[in-house]
Amino acid sequence: MAVTKETLDRLATPKPERARWLQATLDFTRQRPLGAIGAAIILVMAVVGLSAEWLAPYDALQTDYGAMLAAPSGAHWLGTDAYGRDVFSRVIFGSRTALIVGLGASIIGATLGALIGVASAFFGGRIDLVVQRIMDVLISFPLIILALAVVAILGTGVQNVILAIAIPMIPRCARVVRSSALAVREMPYVDAARAAGFTDARIVLRHMLPNVTAPYLIMLTAFLGQAILLEASLSFLGLGVQEPVAAWGLMLRGAAVEFAETAPWMAIFPGLAISLAVFGFNLFGDSLRDALDPRLRTQ
Amino acid sequence: MASLLEVRNLQTSFSTASGVVRAVDGVSWDVREGETVALVGESGCGKSVSALSVMRLVAEPAGRIEGGQILFKGRDLLLLSDEEMRHVRGREIAMIFQEPMTSLNPVLTIGRQLTEGLEIHMKMAREPAQARAIELLGMVGIPDPARRLGQYPHHFSGGMRQRMMIAMALACNPSLILADEPTTALDVTIQAQILELLKDLSRRLGVAMLIITHNLGVVARYADRVNVMYAGRIIEQASAGDLYGDPQHPYTLGLLRSVPRLDEPRRAHLAPIEGQPPDLTRLPPGCAFAPRCAFRVERCAEAVPPLRSLGSAEHLTACWEAERLVNRAAA
Repeated sequence: MAVTKETLDRLATPKPERARWLQATLDFTRQRPLGAIGAAIILVMAVVGLSAEWLAPYDALQTDYGAMLAAPSGAHWLGTDAYGRDVFSRVIFGSRTALIVGLGASIIGATLGALIGVASAFFGGRIDLVVQRIMDVLISFPLIILALAVVAILGTGVQNVILAIAIPMIPRCARVVRSSALAVREMPYVDAARAAGFTDARIVLRHMLPNVTAPYLIMLTAFLGQAILLEASLSFLGLGVQEPVAAWGLMLRGAAVEFAETAPWMAIFPGLAISLAVFGFNLFGDSLRDALDPRLRTQ
Repeated sequence: MASLLEVRNLQTSFSTASGVVRAVDGVSWDVREGETVALVGESGCGKSVSALSVMRLVAEPAGRIEGGQILFKGRDLLLLSDEEMRHVRGREIAMIFQEPMTSLNPVLTIGRQLTEGLEIHMKMAREPAQARAIELLGMVGIPDPARRLGQYPHHFSGGMRQRMMIAMALACNPSLILADEPTTALDVTIQAQILELLKDLSRRLGVAMLIITHNLGVVARYADRVNVMYAGRIIEQASAGDLYGDPQHPYTLGLLRSVPRLDEPRRAHLAPIEGQPPDLTRLPPGCAFAPRCAFRVERCAEAVPPLRSLGSAEHLTACWEAERLVNRAAA
């Protein structure tokens, strides 16, 4: 009797919030397995990046001149570099750098871009024209060229690299978000907000911005992979993160080039890490776009 | 009764690729305290633009208020700064839009949309604003208002959304509500409910109302006074009773004849108004209705007839041949 009552109670209470989240995750996995793989890669990378101190067998900065250029073994799973630093530990710590730069740059770039895009669409007319032409000028430079220019002005280092990657992303996000915001601007609820006596800033931030969340998220996830690749490129060119910080792009340069034939593990593993991370973010980003864009929804 | 809102010789135009459109061309009307005034006309006659002009929400830079005065409680709204105008919008004059399905923001909760105006215009804190929101939803007849606050517009039906729009309009105790085709997008049965609600609330709260509509049935039942618009001008102005009992303009007469009535024997055909409304970029020099008018004389094509009275100061018509029309109807 007691059991029956308990069961009834359990059935009567609505599903808790967590169960709904779980259900949504399961649905996403079933409908978009590739996206789920991407998400899994991102998740692993995030966990590794967050708990690098505990996962890495060695300190990423600790040099060991007794084990320089050691081949992969039980002691050093992925070998060591020219200073005897453990490649496995440096790849692990490198994921943290990649995540910080990737997330930081994408969030700053996409958010500023979304703000500019929505404001440009809202005000329209001459303001829109001028803003969009400035965005066109910025967009005409390839990502890496503009990033190089920004680094040349600001200098190297993690913060400057984040800015250098974020700035070229602003116009790309602004353009996409603006096109969505143009449709939102014509919605009667925006007129209604004006008729209610709200300020322009409030209408842009509180009424229009939440309505362009879908393109914003899509651009954000698309930027993540690009940002990680761009950070690696800048670091590889010596214009990004500086030694001795563990960063994948950095690990590919210098001694790794010199000893590419005798100690290929120095370049192969960070290279794999870069590819895997970009692959994961792109898979997830594509699936997210498909899931959020009703025009591409087939089922 | 004193005039709450007095529009004098309002002129609003839009510049388009095919020329300047005089959407509102020298229109004057007023709304007195607590009364319901209707602005009637077919699509594109300038009735919505009149309301948007009052709110100063005509889409710039294409649209422009070129002249006239809009006196609200003695102040000319056209002379206010943007900042001052913001305090009039929503606080003193509220607006209800045509499309309840798209006039509510889909990503904000019902509660948020109701309390936002209260927090901004009435400087209310969150708690009292919530209480007021519940009261408002109850007032417009939405059951279980406390639970509804957390819901989103897509949880609401069309009729409920229009009730919600009315609640939003009433939130800050405005003295005037501009309702732009408030029932066009709704089912006929819901239309009657919404109009009854509007009328009842405006009477109880003493709010004056301007109803913009093309539906003469709505006018007959809910309006105290009526302004009939054609091609950007007012062509007849009268109390609702006079307009129906004694139409003095051929266009009004045509409109009334083109509506089927339940209290008359069924005719085989309704009498439509022949022709099309004029192109606003190329208005004729005389009366804009002349090409479609059965009472037309030579003079109609030469000069625009002014609004004039045939006796009663409250009943004005803009027709050169109004006497002939009235006499014929009497005969």
